[in-house]
Amino acid sequence: MTSAAIASLLERVHARDPRAISRAISLVEDNHPQADLIMSSLAKEPIEKMMVIGITGPPGAGKSTLTGQLISRFRAEGQRLGIIAIDPSSPISGGAILGDRVRMMQHALDPDVLVRSMATRGRLGGLCAAAGATVRIMANGGCSVIIIETVGVGQSEMDIIRLADLTLLVLAPGLGDDIQAMKAGLLEVADLLVVNKADCPGSESLALDLESVAPDRSRVCQTDALTGRGVVELSSRLASLDAEHRADGTRTDRRVQAQEREIVDLAIELLRPRLDLAVSALHSEPSTNPRHLAHELLLRLGIPDA
Amino acid sequence: MTTDTTHKNRVLIGKAGLDGHDRGAKVIARALRDHGFEVIYTGIRRTPEEIAAAAIQEDVAAVGLSSLSGAHLRLFPAVVEALRQAGASDIPVLGGGVIPREDVPLLIEAGITEIFTPGTSVATIVKAFTEACATHRSGRTL
Ligand SMILES: Nc1nc2c(ncn2[C@@H]2O[C@H](COP(=O)(O)OP(=O)(O)O)[C@@H](O)[C@H]2O)c(=O)[nH]1
Ligand SMILES: [Mg+2]
Repeated sequence: MTSAAIASLLERVHARDPRAISRAISLVEDNHPQADLIMSSLAKEPIEKMMVIGITGPPGAGKSTLTGQLISRFRAEGQRLGIIAIDPSSPISGGAILGDRVRMMQHALDPDVLVRSMATRGRLGGLCAAAGATVRIMANGGCSVIIIETVGVGQSEMDIIRLADLTLLVLAPGLGDDIQAMKAGLLEVADLLVVNKADCPGSESLALDLESVAPDRSRVCQTDALTGRGVVELSSRLASLDAEHRADGTRTDRRVQAQEREIVDLAIELLRPRLDLAVSALHSEPSTNPRHLAHELLLRLGIPDA
Repeated sequence: MTTDTTHKNRVLIGKAGLDGHDRGAKVIARALRDHGFEVIYTGIRRTPEEIAAAAIQEDVAAVGLSSLSGAHLRLFPAVVEALRQAGASDIPVLGGGVIPREDVPLLIEAGITEIFTPGTSVATIVKAFTEACATHRSGRTL
């Protein structure tokens, strides 16, 4: 693909054309040779203005359904939304079934709601890179609010929290998820703890439990994503937290840190093939201390010990 | 960024029409996943316009439709038309379900790329999607 073709694709992205936006996302996600050119041609302003909301939690908690409700709130304000719905790839086949859209179909014909499903593709830092690129492309395509939904398993949720300006942890009664056993970090890192399925038995006691472990009880919200009860309150909490974080510098700090993490992830990705190549040239004997050999490997690439 | 392209076959599996059975669609979705496809599943009772909009947003290389209700003669061509209206006539549509043999030429005539009648093996279906994705990719300028 020529750089003229990329230029015209980007022109269409800026004209908010959904097809161009989704093509640009695929080209970057697939590591197309022109991916770099696409990313460096994006405008900064829309990225600086957008709000990125991360939604994580166990499967079945109601993340997609709640996302559908939040979309309605933001659409009522006239905002264009981008949704990135991330699900794990099968470790065996590398394939995936991506079904989060099913719960957001009430917005299927709204030209200002762009939903993109994404599989983890076994990437670690790479997922963050792909989702981060998608966020930036969507912002250039006119999306002022971007919601990233990811299942709360493994490393991916922490990656996504890093990408988001604000993070919701969505829980629900009856999922057999013991709060005490939950990764301690998650409760602290999430900006809001949402007890969804407020219509179901056990939701009150789950909310009380959370209030007792949360650093601040005002962080706990309750919603019923089927009817939308509690969603107005949730979105106004989001709006006030966003305003607060914009005013006190939290938002900027988080974005600076997120970009630093992203740079490190990308640098490791760039370094890995060179390490793979150099390690066989090392002709290492069996050693009691491979760490020593790792230092030697870095030295060969011109990276001396710190 | 590395310079090697690492594409995945992305397809949409949907179910147009009013009947609420999606067993067949789910079987195909799983088979494709097990062959390394990323399958966007849209659920039951989708309109042709909804399927076309989703296919574009998800940048799929092919759309697979399932019909058990007997409405395939109306619904499959309607999806082809909805894609065309949305500027995505390059995305091929494949269909399967309870479809009498005599309807196959009518559907092919209406622009459906491939029709799977009852008894078509899963291997044949996976192969057809693999080929549809490869053809779509090679014909793409962007
Ligand atoms: N009773 C009840 N069911 C809900 C609520 N929110 C979601 N669900 C249902 O829970 C199931 C899982 O929802 P989904 O949004 O797909 O969860 P996700 O896996 O976290 O994205 C679906 O059957 C939803 O209809 C809720 O607030 N109350
Ligand atoms: Mg979901």
